[in-house]
Amino acid sequence: MTAVAVPVESGLRPAPTVLKRPEHTVEIVSDSGEGAQKCGQIFGAVSAKMGNGVWTVEIIPAEIQPPPRTAEGASGNRIRFGTGPVTNWGDETNLVIAFNEQVLLGRHLLGTMAGDAIVLLENSWATNSNPDIRAAWDKALAELSAQSYRIIEVPMEEQCLTIDENPRKGKNMFALGLLAYIYDRSLERIEDQIAYAFRKKSEEVFQRNVALMRLGVEWAAANLDFRIDVPTHPPTEALVVMNGNEALGMGALASGMELCAMYPITPATSVSHYLAEVFTKFGGILHQAEDEIAAVGVAIGASYAGKVAFTITSGPGFALKTEFIGLAVMTETPLVVMNVQRGGPSTGLPTKVEQSDLLAALFAEPGDAPRVVIAPATIEECFHSVITARQIAETFRAVVIILSDANLSTGVQPFPRPQLKKEWLAPELDLAPVKEGQRPYEWDARMGTSTRAIPGQPGGMFTVTGLSHDEGSKVAYDAGVHQHSTAMRSRKLAVLQQTLLRPALYGDQDGDLLVVGWGSTKGAIEEAVDRARAEGIRASSVHLTFLSPLQPGLKEIFSRFRKVMTVEINYSDQRGDPFITEENRRRGQLAMLLRAQTLCDVDCWTRVPGEPLRPGLIHKAIRDAALTPGGDQP
Amino acid sequence: MTSHCAILPVLDDDDREFELDDYEGVTARWCPGCGDHSVLTAVEKLLVAEQLKPEQTVFVSGIGCSSRFPHYLKTYGFHGLHGRALPVATGVKLHRPDLEVFVVMGDGDCCSIGAGHWIHAIRYNIRMVVMLLDNSIYGLTKKQTSPTTPQGFKTNTQPFGSFLPALNPLTTTLGTTNVSFVAQTAEWVPAHLYATLRAAYRHQGFAFVRILQRCPLFTQGMYDEAVRNPGMIELLVHDDGVVAPELDKIYKNRVAHDPSDLDAARRLAEDGGHIRLGLFYRNEARARYDLLRKPPKVTSSERIALLNAELDHYAV
Ligand SMILES: Cc1ncc(C[n+]2csc(CCOP(=O)(O)OP(=O)(O)O)c2C)c(N)n1
Repeated sequence: MTAVAVPVESGLRPAPTVLKRPEHTVEIVSDSGEGAQKCGQIFGAVSAKMGNGVWTVEIIPAEIQPPPRTAEGASGNRIRFGTGPVTNWGDETNLVIAFNEQVLLGRHLLGTMAGDAIVLLENSWATNSNPDIRAAWDKALAELSAQSYRIIEVPMEEQCLTIDENPRKGKNMFALGLLAYIYDRSLERIEDQIAYAFRKKSEEVFQRNVALMRLGVEWAAANLDFRIDVPTHPPTEALVVMNGNEALGMGALASGMELCAMYPITPATSVSHYLAEVFTKFGGILHQAEDEIAAVGVAIGASYAGKVAFTITSGPGFALKTEFIGLAVMTETPLVVMNVQRGGPSTGLPTKVEQSDLLAALFAEPGDAPRVVIAPATIEECFHSVITARQIAETFRAVVIILSDANLSTGVQPFPRPQLKKEWLAPELDLAPVKEGQRPYEWDARMGTSTRAIPGQPGGMFTVTGLSHDEGSKVAYDAGVHQHSTAMRSRKLAVLQQTLLRPALYGDQDGDLLVVGWGSTKGAIEEAVDRARAEGIRASSVHLTFLSPLQPGLKEIFSRFRKVMTVEINYSDQRGDPFITEENRRRGQLAMLLRAQTLCDVDCWTRVPGEPLRPGLIHKAIRDAALTPGGDQP
Repeated sequence: MTSHCAILPVLDDDDREFELDDYEGVTARWCPGCGDHSVLTAVEKLLVAEQLKPEQTVFVSGIGCSSRFPHYLKTYGFHGLHGRALPVATGVKLHRPDLEVFVVMGDGDCCSIGAGHWIHAIRYNIRMVVMLLDNSIYGLTKKQTSPTTPQGFKTNTQPFGSFLPALNPLTTTLGTTNVSFVAQTAEWVPAHLYATLRAAYRHQGFAFVRILQRCPLFTQGMYDEAVRNPGMIELLVHDDGVVAPELDKIYKNRVAHDPSDLDAARRLAEDGGHIRLGLFYRNEARARYDLLRKPPKVTSSERIALLNAELDHYAV
């Protein structure tokens, strides 16, 4: 591994100051189409490979091509990396590379930058031929300079023009070079990563990008008076690094599912982009249906015909699928549904994170349709959740919904390389004749399950129906039959629950406050708990993977804390808001569920900022809750 | 051969011979006089004639009177959601191309709530037989206007007469990209019905058959005149079309039509006062999604090796 060779004649310049930091958070922002995301992805991946803990988040504007040079149009990547594991995007950025002053201003106005942030800013706009642009630069710089940021102007375009006549295209690689120098990243690894990123392009494109990156390194070495050292711990075990949607796609491959039917919707679609490239060689089909309803119908048809199939979607698409999900429950056709949640209601915040589909995932169906709901909390869990989901779906002839979200979908994190197992794969179709007299819904009252015949099995011919039916799948509206069959469909959840482990506590076994979370907030919650505990606050947290059925033991765990509070990215009324009383207060979705299930007074702290929760804010909420009186669980 | 043949230990498939009662399910509970009965009879006859293995055959339906169809057969069946039979059938066929798939839909089912799926299923052109049992009314929900209800016909939701001209499922189908088989028949002309279904079954692709159908309760009399007077019916005839010589003497009104001629098919499908029965269009050269999407067979070990190679790209 070659560290960056610094091409500076010794003696001419003082050696750069090296700032040693346990972690750093970098943002690179540009107009859409200028490639900041690619730069960030490569930097994040290389950092992980060199042995930093990493969490990256994409910064995505709402439009595909927002007008250039606008504060709202910032597109790019945020990379938090540290010497130890990094489990969330953190609070504020320490270093920003901006391709124009307007996107930088946008980040500043959103409050994403630390007060002492270092800024590397493209400065060609200061001398642009357009007087409006020059005026905008002056105005923005006046605002930014009034802050305590350290702003370093960088002639990125001017430099890139020495290699490529279109500087817009090369700046991202130049910026990557700046980062490589500042953080002393391995150029070999960066080149490997560039090669992979441009694997579909020509050798010439690869060479040009490498040259631009090296130009950035040289410029930084000649002009910057500092470097930042975030010590790395080269990993002791094999790791892989990917985002949550890639992990879901790979989980599907590792679980042996062979059909995915979907309809494009952000932020779920990239699961299908990944599968579209590789699924066929795994013997699978990625079917882009005419709409979400068709997509889930195709998946159900495929599952009915033999092996569990799956569909991927996000909130609005999930809403459309609900009638079919009810049918899958009623016909007991195994099905896996991945819902990569986004902000709602309606089309809401297409590219931004929220956890508002929990209750919809649990209940949004015609009638009583019990189904399993699980929520991965990390990129690694995105991978494993699919395997678990397929196995549960198959074992219980059930619908399993995986609730991921926009934070996980684009978040990139290293995790231990999975050791693939044959048992994870769906078994081959068994088309042996069914045994004589076997009926399609001969429920085993201890499990709620029954063995089904699939097309191709002689002797098993029956018609599945979404209408109420008896053990022979015969349409039957009798009171007794409906009561019994509903009980059997429900019993599966109770049986599954008995196989689940009690959730592990993070922190002490008792105390003043227990924070309960689910899904992608885990890292931020645990970091906030750590900070609170360091201050002597008696707070712990517990993170739920299973939301339906809930993991066992919750009531007992809650009883050991004076207060219980969920932290979620969905809406709840805040205490003290006008019109809000204890009676009419709308609570966070998990809080609502836990109150109903445990009869405990579960409070909630929730926000819907359209960005992942920051550990700093959770920490403050923990402090407020733990240090105020009240609570006292029954 | 009894209906339990399938569970005999080791059976050489070719030795089995299926009779009518191998396909018969529970007694159909449609109204007396409902056209669905005669479609069921024709289908059972087809299953026997073509010797389809009951366990390899799947009838998929939506919701409506006609969608009860699968329950009355002893094959595999999927009775799902209103308007959504085609996506389910698509899933079955994509995953299990070895299965014989038949789809049964009502006119509300197919042309109203399921219209989006219908258009796309035509385009996918996956091999299956699709029967539109068109009684021009919502039967199961008791006489509401359907897209194929004739203008002026009184229903419970449009009691002063249906406002708009009826949708023509034939022109819609024939106007859709990649259409490959379109026929029309009538449930009260059993020989034609049977011959049409047979041609549909033998078609390599998406075979769409509109079956004109009487509803004794809600469209009473709609086809009385056509049933009484064969002169109202025009048969499309061609050596490559639906061939039912026994009808020659009864139906004298005939138009020669080559089913490979799409323009002529579209002209003939326009309402012209006549009820036209026959094969409007057939083209086996159309792109077939089920053939284009056939994935390779991959063993478990191959899968694991492939995924390991995949993980290598992401390795730290
Ligand atoms: C989503 C949904 N909407 C409405 C219904 C009620 N519904 C059941 S059958 C039907 C119409 C049936 O008419 P058609 O499809 O023409 O079939 P037919 O009964 O005439 O055979 C309707 C509207 C339903 N079951 N599901």
